[in-house]
Amino acid sequence: MDKENNNERDELLTPGTAEPVEAVNEEAKPQETAETDQPQETENLSDRVKVLSPAQLVARRFFRSKLSMIGLVTLLVLYLVCFIGPLFSDMDYKTIDYNGGSSSQSTEITYTVDGETYTMYDITYTESINLKAYPSADHWLGTDENGRDVLMRVLYGGQISLTIGIVVVVLETLLGVIMGGIAGYFGKWVDQIIMRIVDIFYCIPQMPILLICSAILAANEVNGIARIYWLCLVLVFFGWAGTARLVRGQILSLREQEFMLAERSMGVPVWRKIFLHLIPNVLPLLIVQMTLGLGSVILTESTLSYLGLGVPIPYATWGNIIQALRDFTTLQYHFHIWGPPGICIMLAVLSFNFVGDGLRDAFDPKMKK
Amino acid sequence: MFKYIVKRILISIIIIFGVTFITYALFRMMPDNYVYSKFAAQSATNPNWQEQAARVEHLYGLDLNVFVGYFKWLGNAIKGDFGNSFIDGAVVTDKIKQSLPVSFIMSLIVSILQIAIAIPLGIKAAVNQYGPTDYITTVFTMLGISLPSFFFSGIIIKVFAVDLKWFDASLGLQSGNFQGNGWQLFWNQAWHLVLPIFVETVLSLGGLMRYTRTNMLEVLSADYIRTAKAKGVKKRNIVYKHAFKNTAIPLITMFSGILASLFCGSMIIEQIFGIQGIGFQSYTATTQGDIPFVMAYNTFIAVLTVLGIFLSDILYAIVDPRVKLGN
Amino acid sequence: MEEKTENTQESTSPVPPKKQNAFVTNAKKLFQAGIPRASLQDYDKTPPTEEELKENILIVNHLKKYFPVETNLIGQPIRYLKAVDDVSLRIPYGKTLGIVGESGCGKTTLGRTLLGLYGKTAGEVYFDGADITDFGERQMNTIRKDMQVIFQDPYSSLSPRFTVGGIISEGVAVHKIVPRDEIKDYVMALMERCGLQPQYYERYPYEFSGGQRQRICIARALAVKPKFVVCDEPVSALDVSIQAQILNLLRELQTEMQLAYMFISHDLSVVQHVSDSVGVMYLGSMVECGPTDRIFENPMHPYTKSLLSAVPVPDPRRKKDRIILQGSIPSPANPPSGCRFHTRCPACMDICKEQAPVYREYEAGHSCACHLYPQE
Repeated sequence: MDKENNNERDELLTPGTAEPVEAVNEEAKPQETAETDQPQETENLSDRVKVLSPAQLVARRFFRSKLSMIGLVTLLVLYLVCFIGPLFSDMDYKTIDYNGGSSSQSTEITYTVDGETYTMYDITYTESINLKAYPSADHWLGTDENGRDVLMRVLYGGQISLTIGIVVVVLETLLGVIMGGIAGYFGKWVDQIIMRIVDIFYCIPQMPILLICSAILAANEVNGIARIYWLCLVLVFFGWAGTARLVRGQILSLREQEFMLAERSMGVPVWRKIFLHLIPNVLPLLIVQMTLGLGSVILTESTLSYLGLGVPIPYATWGNIIQALRDFTTLQYHFHIWGPPGICIMLAVLSFNFVGDGLRDAFDPKMKK
Repeated sequence: MFKYIVKRILISIIIIFGVTFITYALFRMMPDNYVYSKFAAQSATNPNWQEQAARVEHLYGLDLNVFVGYFKWLGNAIKGDFGNSFIDGAVVTDKIKQSLPVSFIMSLIVSILQIAIAIPLGIKAAVNQYGPTDYITTVFTMLGISLPSFFFSGIIIKVFAVDLKWFDASLGLQSGNFQGNGWQLFWNQAWHLVLPIFVETVLSLGGLMRYTRTNMLEVLSADYIRTAKAKGVKKRNIVYKHAFKNTAIPLITMFSGILASLFCGSMIIEQIFGIQGIGFQSYTATTQGDIPFVMAYNTFIAVLTVLGIFLSDILYAIVDPRVKLGN
Repeated sequence: MEEKTENTQESTSPVPPKKQNAFVTNAKKLFQAGIPRASLQDYDKTPPTEEELKENILIVNHLKKYFPVETNLIGQPIRYLKAVDDVSLRIPYGKTLGIVGESGCGKTTLGRTLLGLYGKTAGEVYFDGADITDFGERQMNTIRKDMQVIFQDPYSSLSPRFTVGGIISEGVAVHKIVPRDEIKDYVMALMERCGLQPQYYERYPYEFSGGQRQRICIARALAVKPKFVVCDEPVSALDVSIQAQILNLLRELQTEMQLAYMFISHDLSVVQHVSDSVGVMYLGSMVECGPTDRIFENPMHPYTKSLLSAVPVPDPRRKKDRIILQGSIPSPANPPSGCRFHTRCPACMDICKEQAPVYREYEAGHSCACHLYPQE
């Protein structure tokens, strides 16, 4: 802890290493005042120095990192396209294209008459669902095995996947902060009990337990949109432990900081200590944790959906569109069906990771360069 | 030290209790007639399904309340009786024993590759921080972390098995019509394991590499490294003698995860590549509601996870002279 | 912490050992293993007289603060670090008591414990005429504004996310020292008084040097108009030229605001400069306490003598007989038996190893705990 503080201190006190903040030391520099005192008598030197609050410093550092900017832009584009894109189309995720032309089916019949072999081809034309169509002007990414437009499904799927990510992470963080906060603030046996619960949730094998939950939802015939809500709750229920542990650790170390002791000696009421001093200090870590968490929740949800245990069809999510690749011919010949959602998942998770990393470095001056 | 170990064992037991109880309680949330309907569905292949269904109900204390039922299950489990599978009526522990070796071999190779690749790469990236090596490895590991395993497997199968035809596209552990034994069988199976091992390794590299990099960076910025530089110690020696030794300590915590992963297999990759390992088994068991198998599997993993954490803590204390247990 | 105090106090019934069968006594011993021996009230509780209360802003009797260092399986402490062990002191209104001692002797813990920042293990505290021994957190909050603290480290004691103005005005707002709309002017005036330009109001602590940060800390402490301030090594993190400025500032403010200080330092010359009386601590207990001139001219305790002999004198011709202490300071978790100083004492006698000396007053206001002097 001590070492960290020292580093921070070094960093903050070296003027002009990277920040354009002029650290005002002891006395004002006379030349500068001389130069600048003509406009108004009342203007002080200090009014001219740009003062950056810690939040502004973080923002500066964040926007300087290229990878996190790439991530941020990608995310913005993904969200915009997913939520606005479908408005320009008359199709949606469950529209089935029935007039996809005719498909032909040929049967080969071979029979031998008088030693000669004849082969007859029985060809039937059927006006049918336009399924597994390759990309065209009508369907930019083709259609899936049920004749639904892949692009539309990817966009609507994005809406659900990205929304589930946010909902789950927000709820999970709330629960984690409450539990971790209680454990860290009250300590003693409360802490013991909560931390043992956290340990238990930490050691639960995540994928199997989520699969079991999905199976339970299926067995209880929870279907449609309700299934999505339940899925969110399940993800929250098994996901808060990490945040709780983080918050508790942070609060425990903050409690030992001298400025918290100073608050105490000042007789500052408890709510003020929690809301003005503890939470703002835990917030940076939480934001990082949430950003990184968004990526992993999207990954988990898509894995479940891929296994057919997440968001039920006909609702689209990126995960259950990729389910198509379990059919070997689709895997072989129809990359246009399962490729795009996969790339979307990858882009989203990657971007959240980049942004999260950038935020972490921005909050932690030690890592900066 | 002794007191600490005793305390940790007690906590570990509590954790295992908790995990198994939660799993059990979840399973009790299934609808009432679930077990019977599951067995009834298998009546064609399983002539004595009624008897088995009754046995399962008894084993799980379905007629009792959750707590009593749980302790009844626990009593049987401690005796090693995890019941019979719903799917084929086989003893669950035997099923686990049969499917374990493949998964274990795969995971072992993955773990070795992971350590052999990720740690040197992590060190390299840290030493050349913000250099091209650092950026490239960072982006690639990030890709590894962000790729959904099923999507990546799909791509790999399409590219290497379907398009390039380097591997058998029919998947599975051995070629469908393969006849042979001894070395031939070995090579055939080994060839089939290359792709899944590749996928799993790529996906698992990222975490360890980043962890190594962060720790290495922290160590490299420490004062004693600066002192070593000032003394004129060679860069090679600084990195491998001074810095790496201190990076190795936090790395030990990573090994807590490896123990469990060695034995639990990978559900998705095994399922995609059609390898009948324990991950595949547990996947089919879960989707088909084979509760006895799932309970046993989850207990097994939980025990391994707890054991892994416990061992790494002890190891940590042995390796790092500064760590004092019990405080 | 608070709870622990209560627990120990509940079990502090000074039971004279009656005849009991061996089993019961052993069981009791086992049970009481978790309770520090000294928390049993081994002194007579004598409340201070009216005059004493009127004269002294702070009276501390037999204050103890033990930290558990080892716990058994169910979490009961079985070994303690006696950071403060049986310390008594008093500080008159408007005066300064200096506390000196090596690092790790419990000076800081003493200061924080008597302010109620750490829950005490035993002992009584009287502040400003009131018995605050059993005050809970809420009651303490009502008197917090009268007793302030300046911390040793001006870096970690300022919240990095607040502006200077925010830091200083928080206490003012909480305790309603001045009306809401006057806060800013009040704080700015105070900042000026403490040698800070009022324009720094909107700045963040990271922009300032150590000396300025310490001024911020002083301004924060004084903003609530306290009567008593614990200065916990306020200058040891600063370089010498700034030290003098800060010390002089503290003195000026003392005369201006009628403050009483408890000045904790390991620097004897600093303490001599600011204090009216001085207490010397060794391993958690007070070994000597008296008026500054008496302590510096006529120290009684061998430890004080050795400390004083180590003070550099800026005169190359004057030879001093340095008393160099052997060995290092023992661990407070495992203090020596008898007199705690006996392992390093140049005048150690046999009795010192077995029996702890009594801390008693020898001259007016000059107390000492040493076997070299008559014990009764």
